[in-house]
Amino acid sequence: MTKIDIINRIAERTGLPKQDAETAIETIISLIKGTLAKDEQVILRRFGSFQTRTKNPRMGRNPKTGEEAEISARTVVRFKAGKHFKQAVNGELPISEVIE
Amino acid sequence: MTKSEMAEKLAEKINVRKQQAEDIINIFSGSIIEALAKGDKVEIRGFGSFRVRDRAEKQGRNPKTGEKVHVPAKKVPFFKTGKDFRESVDGSETESSSDNS
Repeated sequence: MTKIDIINRIAERTGLPKQDAETAIETIISLIKGTLAKDEQVILRRFGSFQTRTKNPRMGRNPKTGEEAEISARTVVRFKAGKHFKQAVNGELPISEVIE
Repeated sequence: MTKSEMAEKLAEKINVRKQQAEDIINIFSGSIIEALAKGDKVEIRGFGSFRVRDRAEKQGRNPKTGEKVHVPAKKVPFFKTGKDFRESVDGSETESSSDNS
C-alpha cells in the first residue's frame, strides 16, 4: 500500500476531490514531522504515538571493513503502536472494528 | 499534539469541518492498520514505512514478583522512519547543540 491507495480511500469515503485528499495526507504528514522536529510528540488514539528519542554516542563497527567507529549522538523517531493496532496485527481484533 | 489538535489544523488547511478532518485522520490510520493486519506493508515516501515484525516467543519475568513467565510469539507493528523525516528530526538537534565538531 502506498500514499496513492490512501488518497483514493479518503476520496472515496469522504467524497472529497482527490486533490484535496492528497493535500490532507500531505498535511497530516507535515504536522507529524513538524511536531517531532520541535521534540514534541504526536498521540493519535486508536493508532499510536510518534515521539523522539535521543541516542547516546556509542562504538559500532563498519560491517564491511570490520573497522570500529563511533556512532555519534542522535535524535531518532520512535513510533509506539497503540493497543488496537497491536491487537489487529495479531488477529485479535476484527478489521471491521479498525475501520469505523 | 493530539488527534483533536491535528484535526483542527487539518480542517483549517483544507477548509472542511473539524469532524470531517477527524474522519480523514481516522481513514489514514485505519488504512495503515488494515494493511498491516492483512500482512501487507505501507510505504509513504518522505515519511516512512510501516510493516509487521515477528517477535519470537521468549522467557520473560514478571518485574514485580521476579517470577518466570512464558511470552508467546507475536507480531508487532513497526515504523521505519524515512530519510527525510529522520533528517528533519536529527537536524533540529545538531542545530541546538554546539559540542559537536
